[in-house]
Amino acid sequence: MKILVCISKTPDTTAKIAFTDNNRKFAADGVQWIINPYDEWYALVRAIELKEKDPSAVIHLITVGTADADPIIRKALALGGDEALRVNADGQDSFFIASQIAAVAKDGGYDLIFTGKETIDYNGSSVGGMIAALLDLPYISLAAKFDLAGNSATIVREVEGGEETEEVSLPLVVSCQKGMAEQRIPNMKGIMGARTKPLKVLDPQPVEALTEIVSFELPPTKKGVKMIPAENAEELIRLLHEEAKLM
Amino acid sequence: MSILVFIDHADGHFKKTTYEALSYGAALAKQTGTQAEAVLLGTVSEDAASLGKYGIQKVHQVNQEALNAFDPQTYIRIIAGIAQAIQATVIVFSHNSSGKAIAPGLSARLKAGLVTGAIALPDTSQGFLVKKNVFSGKAFAIVSIKTPVRIISLNPNAYPVVAGEGSAEVVQEALAPEAAKVKLKSVVRASGEIPLTEAEIVVSGGRGMKGPENWGPIEELAKLLHAATACSRPVADAGWRPHGEHVGQTGVAIAPNLYIAVGISGAIQHLAGVNRSKVIVVINKDPEAPFFKAADYGIAGDAFEVLPKLIGAVKKLRGLA
Repeated sequence: MKILVCISKTPDTTAKIAFTDNNRKFAADGVQWIINPYDEWYALVRAIELKEKDPSAVIHLITVGTADADPIIRKALALGGDEALRVNADGQDSFFIASQIAAVAKDGGYDLIFTGKETIDYNGSSVGGMIAALLDLPYISLAAKFDLAGNSATIVREVEGGEETEEVSLPLVVSCQKGMAEQRIPNMKGIMGARTKPLKVLDPQPVEALTEIVSFELPPTKKGVKMIPAENAEELIRLLHEEAKLM
Repeated sequence: MSILVFIDHADGHFKKTTYEALSYGAALAKQTGTQAEAVLLGTVSEDAASLGKYGIQKVHQVNQEALNAFDPQTYIRIIAGIAQAIQATVIVFSHNSSGKAIAPGLSARLKAGLVTGAIALPDTSQGFLVKKNVFSGKAFAIVSIKTPVRIISLNPNAYPVVAGEGSAEVVQEALAPEAAKVKLKSVVRASGEIPLTEAEIVVSGGRGMKGPENWGPIEELAKLLHAATACSRPVADAGWRPHGEHVGQTGVAIAPNLYIAVGISGAIQHLAGVNRSKVIVVINKDPEAPFFKAADYGIAGDAFEVLPKLIGAVKKLRGLA
């Protein structure tokens, strides 16, 4: 079995969000970069768990990015995975990224392609579904559980107010979220091993992005909190009703 | 030329987000001088023609029970066909479990630029610019779609439902059946509960609730307010509440009209998931809790004393006590 895990580099969850260049660029100075949490905690770790059950499985990691994504890829390799692929290009938009990954996966013989359910920076939730369509494979989004029996996957996906259980044959594309796996920390052996695992750099395909970010905005700041004394808590309901008109 | 809106339904009923998407599509049609149509796949127990009151002219329905089992590949194929037949220039989805499963694939198939999680009507005065949430609610991006056909998925609770008069023409579309690759084995839906992402009011508990056995007042207040219940990450990680209730950067992102946080200190990751709420109420014993800085109303006090007072006040307001 061959698994391809898509990895994205995102600012740390506590990073200060600010913009430069007339609000056209994310201010990356001093920002800590991490593996997108959904890619790491759920997609990658679930793939590692599958390999632990079936040691013949091979895990490849893929990212679309320039050389500054290498530390993130090495960190992912320290958690697990046999080799990494980096398509050497700026990820212009979801379609551009999905097209690059699909081009690599097309003849790669992958049985499973895992992505996180979205990245925590652009919140697109799009790359997995696009890869699936480009490769004409089934796509299961928002998977919270994934079990494999032979060639057949049983997947629980979260939907509004409940869950759906689906059965589908490999190959397929899955977007992963909380519930899929438990978060892990790389150990020393993994970190040492990651240094010598192959990281192949590939040239991008000529693909035209379909969208482009024109500018960013920060949300308006709050006016300030109106405090209500605890002994007079009922006043909150009156304010919500009469002032905020919410009841 | 027209706008095509995807009608999402479950258990035979239209979802609330469908009315938002229809209203949005109708407004966009008006803005661009074209008409709004909609696509309905599967069978519903409600009257499709009545959707005309949200401003759409036509509903294209494929009335097949097999389509009630949601298979994204089949949906993409059918919607692509209808969109091309009516020369749709914009296709609108809700940014929910259905939209996330279909819209990206449709985008790749039609080479139609996609913006997910839109929060306002596009600016069509020069090009086609869509405002969306990025950085998990900490910022917005204005995205230009550069292709002639565009796809938008609309965030829940971002656009108001606008209902008027009118009836839509329902056109039955024939369809060559094709076997679905994905088999739907079962659906479990918490009956009577309001889905978290669709709820207008959300009552949420954190570690300050001290244990799962103390959730009674949160559930009671939520029920009285027709609200959904939610929780912080430590609460979900500890197994006090189901992880589907976890709101925050790595859980569910929500944008209700009112978010009431009880015993949640307000870590930046939690704020990222809830800061699009229109009004935030924070109840916390610690007056220094960072969450107060992001709140509209705050009560520094013991949740176990404050919640009964709130429950009493809501009952009184509703004439229940």
